[in-house]
Amino acid sequence: MNAAGSTLTTHRDRRIPPFDVARVRRDFPILGQKVHGKPLVYLDNAATTQKPQTVLDAILRYYTQDCSNIHRGVHLLSERATQSYEDSRSRVKRFIHAADEKEIIFVRGTTEAINLVSQSYGRKHVGPGDEVLISAMEHHSNIVPWQLLCQESRATLRIIPMNDRGELLLDAYEKMLGPRTRIVAVTHVSNSLGTVNPVRRMAELAHRWNACVLVDGAQAVQHIMVDVRELDCDFYAFSGHKIYGPTGVGILYGKTKLLEAMPPYQGGGDMISSVTFERTTYNKLPHKFEAGTPNVEAGIALGAAIEYVEALGLDKIADYEHELLAYATEAISKIDGVRIVGTAREKASVLSFVLEGIHPHDVGTILDQEGIAIRTGHHCAQPVMEFFKIPATARASLAFYNTRQEIDALAAGIRKVLEVFR
Amino acid sequence: MSDLRELYQQVILDHHKRPRNHRKLEDANRTAEGFNPLCGDHVYLYLRLEDGVVRDIGFEGTGCAISTASASMMTESLKGKTEAEVRALFDKFHDLVTGKSAADADPASMGKLAVFAGVREYPVRVKCATLAWHTLRAALEQQKEAVATE
Repeated sequence: MNAAGSTLTTHRDRRIPPFDVARVRRDFPILGQKVHGKPLVYLDNAATTQKPQTVLDAILRYYTQDCSNIHRGVHLLSERATQSYEDSRSRVKRFIHAADEKEIIFVRGTTEAINLVSQSYGRKHVGPGDEVLISAMEHHSNIVPWQLLCQESRATLRIIPMNDRGELLLDAYEKMLGPRTRIVAVTHVSNSLGTVNPVRRMAELAHRWNACVLVDGAQAVQHIMVDVRELDCDFYAFSGHKIYGPTGVGILYGKTKLLEAMPPYQGGGDMISSVTFERTTYNKLPHKFEAGTPNVEAGIALGAAIEYVEALGLDKIADYEHELLAYATEAISKIDGVRIVGTAREKASVLSFVLEGIHPHDVGTILDQEGIAIRTGHHCAQPVMEFFKIPATARASLAFYNTRQEIDALAAGIRKVLEVFR
Repeated sequence: MSDLRELYQQVILDHHKRPRNHRKLEDANRTAEGFNPLCGDHVYLYLRLEDGVVRDIGFEGTGCAISTASASMMTESLKGKTEAEVRALFDKFHDLVTGKSAADADPASMGKLAVFAGVREYPVRVKCATLAWHTLRAALEQQKEAVATE
């Protein structure tokens, strides 16, 4: 082989996916189906991810072998279910590098996690004249809970601005911080733009003013390695169903010191130590924030999902997805009439775009006929749409089980849309 | 492609590209706003009603091809109609796109609006086709709140 040939080979070798995508895809039974007679191309992973067989097995195992209530039974089934549930908590703790299991609160999802913090921590610490900072690219679930809190507490909600690429303006942010800043709530990865925000730096700046920092990790934990202690955030929230686990379960991480000082969010069973009609003593962490019977099977299956992700390796996942996003960005942006919305230098998974003169909803319907599932609309981020002066975008969001062939199918689908509307 | 052409008929694409009556009516005496929170479609409807008859009608807003074409063709079909005729047409149109009148409807009686029959194969798009019509009804009833098709 000549020199040029061997260079080419090396180059190719480097581009071989770090894991076998075809094999990975076989772990996800849903991906093998056809939609409108075409192979399913699932590119709506920012809305929800598909589940590997191990997650489905974990749900079925709970219902066929261990179904019982947790934290209270003396019988074997309850013991096993409780063990699985708590093993899952430990796995989450290790996964996000928290210091202790008691910092891991099971909730319904990211939305509930943020509401918990705004209602419990927020009500206690935010008063008239105080300020809560959120960013211009937040999902509605990281806007509305803070609006409610600010209205109630007569505090001010301030918005950290961004540039046309969809990157937060750190200088402006730094100037917004001050002695009245109580809370900074920011997304780790934007669901509508794909921007990865410098949350570690943002937390560091906020802490200079003793402000508390919540990071919305709903679009982050499945794509990049998260170390809550390294980020030094005070709270970190994510959803199970976006990391290949079931719906109805999510995680709120909080620093022990803060969680211990916070009043309960909901009252009920499991969150108490003792109850009389005169007085109730609350349970210790994390149970203080876990009133009522939780979504047991989802909590257990979330552990299975994280186990699956860890077995693949988040570093390998990140590398593969990064390369696939670059490939997709190139393939889509070279189509005439396409504009990519969200061109931050640091991005993960999300490719939002608009076609000139064609509404994203029409794009979505035509792509669906080609078997391609994408999201169209405002992605629960209407202020982002307003910023870019568009009513909506079409959004393809990638997972590690997506392939270059699927990106090619997406590009062909977009060309078909243009053909229909020509 | 043939399935898609049922939805995206030439008439619809034409009205999408060149919507008719796409203007604000300065002398409107009935107006309403409608939006579809799910996809961001937004329509403002302007109506001049005299002696119970639609004398003029216009709309503004942003939306997908189906909602824009539906608004455009709706305005074309309503001029000169009485309020009662407008309400009757609303019902017929609604049945047409939801497929309630699939077997026995007389598409000819719908005139050009019959092209929207293809929408019934796309349940999530029904609200796109009906947004302008719901907004129309709100305008007739002088509803203050914006209409949302959810």
